[in-house]
Amino acid sequence: MEIKREPLGPAGRGSPGSGLSGTGLRVERLNAEQMLRGAALEGPNQSAHLEGAELERYVQERVLTTTLDSAVAWARSNSFFPLAFGLACCAMEQFHTAGPRMDIARFGFEAFRASPRQADLIILAGRVSIKMAPIIRRLYDQMLEPKWAISMGACCSSMGVFNNYALVPADKFMPIDVHVPGCPPRPEALMHGVLKLRKLVQDDPDMGWRARYDAVGTEENI
Amino acid sequence: MPDATGLELLAAELGDAALETVYFRDRATVVIDPAKIRAVLAALRAKGYTFLASVHGVDYYPEGPRLGVMYELLDMHKVDRITVKLRVPTDAPSVESVTNATTEDPGWPTANHQEREVYDMFGVVFEGHPDLRRILMPEDYEGHPQRRDFPIGGEPVIFTRDEAGLLESRIEEGTGA
Amino acid sequence: MSSTEERTLSDYRRREQSITLSPLETQDDRSGEHDELLTLNFGPHHPATHGVLRLLVTLQAEIVRDIKPIIGYVHTGIEKTAEDKAYWKVIPIVERMDYLSYYFNAMAYCGAVETLAEVEVPKRAQYLRVIHLELNRIASHLIWLGTSALDLGAVSIFLYCLRERELILDLFEMSSGARMHTRYFQVGGVIEDIPAGFESKLRKFLEIMPARADEYGAILNSNEIVLQRLRGTCPLDADTLLGLGVSGPLLRAAGNPWDLRKADPYCSYDEFEFKIPIGTVGDNYDRFAVRLAEIYESVHIIEQALDGLPEGPHITEDRKIALPPRHELATSMEALIHHFKLVTEGMRVPPGEVYFPIESPRGELGCYVRSDGSSKPARVHMRDPSFVNLQALAPMVRGSYIADMIATTAMLDPILGGIDR
Repeated sequence: MEIKREPLGPAGRGSPGSGLSGTGLRVERLNAEQMLRGAALEGPNQSAHLEGAELERYVQERVLTTTLDSAVAWARSNSFFPLAFGLACCAMEQFHTAGPRMDIARFGFEAFRASPRQADLIILAGRVSIKMAPIIRRLYDQMLEPKWAISMGACCSSMGVFNNYALVPADKFMPIDVHVPGCPPRPEALMHGVLKLRKLVQDDPDMGWRARYDAVGTEENI
Repeated sequence: MPDATGLELLAAELGDAALETVYFRDRATVVIDPAKIRAVLAALRAKGYTFLASVHGVDYYPEGPRLGVMYELLDMHKVDRITVKLRVPTDAPSVESVTNATTEDPGWPTANHQEREVYDMFGVVFEGHPDLRRILMPEDYEGHPQRRDFPIGGEPVIFTRDEAGLLESRIEEGTGA
Repeated sequence: MSSTEERTLSDYRRREQSITLSPLETQDDRSGEHDELLTLNFGPHHPATHGVLRLLVTLQAEIVRDIKPIIGYVHTGIEKTAEDKAYWKVIPIVERMDYLSYYFNAMAYCGAVETLAEVEVPKRAQYLRVIHLELNRIASHLIWLGTSALDLGAVSIFLYCLRERELILDLFEMSSGARMHTRYFQVGGVIEDIPAGFESKLRKFLEIMPARADEYGAILNSNEIVLQRLRGTCPLDADTLLGLGVSGPLLRAAGNPWDLRKADPYCSYDEFEFKIPIGTVGDNYDRFAVRLAEIYESVHIIEQALDGLPEGPHITEDRKIALPPRHELATSMEALIHHFKLVTEGMRVPPGEVYFPIESPRGELGCYVRSDGSSKPARVHMRDPSFVNLQALAPMVRGSYIADMIATTAMLDPILGGIDR
């Protein structure tokens, strides 16, 4: 078996946009050069370089914003305030996730708020009936930005065991960031979903679903 | 459960209200004339069946009369159960409600929500019910879901790879309609 | 019919968006005061309603004058879905109805189908069923205790109860592979015999459970706030409750010792000795005390069942109802054919209608199954105890404070999955 080795430096990089450097290691680093030149390196026109004062300002903006953004994202991700919202059987497993064995408080998420105005994470635990859907939408709308949603269990993610007239999948009326499968998902599974969301928020301060739905810029920053 | 002979005697006492008796798996059922439900329940209460355990509906599609309502009665002292069954057709699904008290009969308050559920799911209209509205479905829902000819419904599963396309089609529908 | 539909449509929408203020004729001794009736909406999203229960509360200052529960927010069409599936596939559907007492849902349904199909359940299966049913009763009471204490403000009890419930769910996972909604009960018995080590783990649990229940009693019974909130609040007498169709711990708290396990025994309950805790006054404290005492009784029943567990098959030998064991498939042609027919088409049940009631942690849980001779049930209806018990909420809370209403809703132990089905 032949092993191919390639250096990971700027010379051995693949195309800037791919993220893969040919060794199979998926390491994306914000190279200073890439950052400095900005989008110019990634587009077809690679000759637009910033000079002098413009360059300095560009650098200052980028570095500050990136670091600050990361810090804010880190803080946000480690202090979700879930909405105390259980619909059906999954709510029982949600209790167990907050219980003594699979303690959600170790991660800092034990502050289940009763009011949607104070919460930033809604965990839809259970089946969503057609009567309940507009109410959940109203709750979600009442939550302040930034907000995330986890669809816990098979019923709200994808109709689950009951595929009938009375239920509606949560994706139909609100954007969901993480779907947790299971019927009901074990507390470990829900924890995995919440931690996945935490990683999502940490890595991507761009708040996931907005990029997917092409809705960047619709945040309401008060 | 009253045994088979006990059931026959009971039916004889109810007179022409009782149309048929069924003794199946040690359980007694009396099929009665829908117009006489209050009288039958009052007579059974006098015999000791004081607890109305359940009121539920059945759709006997395709046999007619399609809509059946069953009243499960329980005698707590003799530990006896009896089922009272009545059948109404879909074009005239009207049964007298047993919820409210009248001058002759104290009524069965437990039937309140249960009759509303039978109305919601099957469309049986209970005359004289204090508040006959839909209980499980949204109040402006059309159709009676538990009937056998009502489609089971359901939604296709939305996969992440279909999400973008779905959003576009929904936007088109919104602007088009 | 259409005009009434239209009228109810606009009425409903108007009511949805209104808060009504209407003057109250002051005929009582508060002469000269001007009181108004305020209709307030509780829920469906509310931290103190157990699940998505919506209450329209008519208040006069802090006193509740009338209450109107609105349900249907988690209506799942379980009964309709059950008509679409083979008999054994209905078991997981029906289990998810009253989602805290899943074994009871399965028991009621399996009992009804066994009555229809005239299947005899072997003794070992009956004892195993009793063990799991009583474990589920303890688990259901633990969640009730935890969430009710949470409503009253005693937050630590919630964590203690969940700690015990984890042990019970571990036992369920050991016997069936899943913590909740285990599909353990099948028509004719249970799906699998208990594994090695289950008995010793269960015995260890039974040793510590009474002491833990003593702990909860000690914490709550010496807490002045809990006593003040529960003693003497919202009593209701047994006759009104019987008229409303209420059964289970609510009826027993009012003094009527009606328990289907004793009165009309099913599944070998007549072979066990246990007491029925009843209350005297019928107020919230009695409801709380009755359920707490039931935990001890359930532990006692499980001990007896474990001691007397007979040898034998864990499911009926009738191959037209239950799957043959896998080792038989290699040697017997009939077993293969039976397996094939059962898995593809399902069992056929003779036509008829049967209502099978059992005693669930909330009251009389009945299952009505109508069969038309095919492999799918023609109608499955679950008579859920919470659905009927909810009608008792209004008479209970009329004339009491909002705080008492919250305590009463907690003591009523409504499970919205069962109410809405």
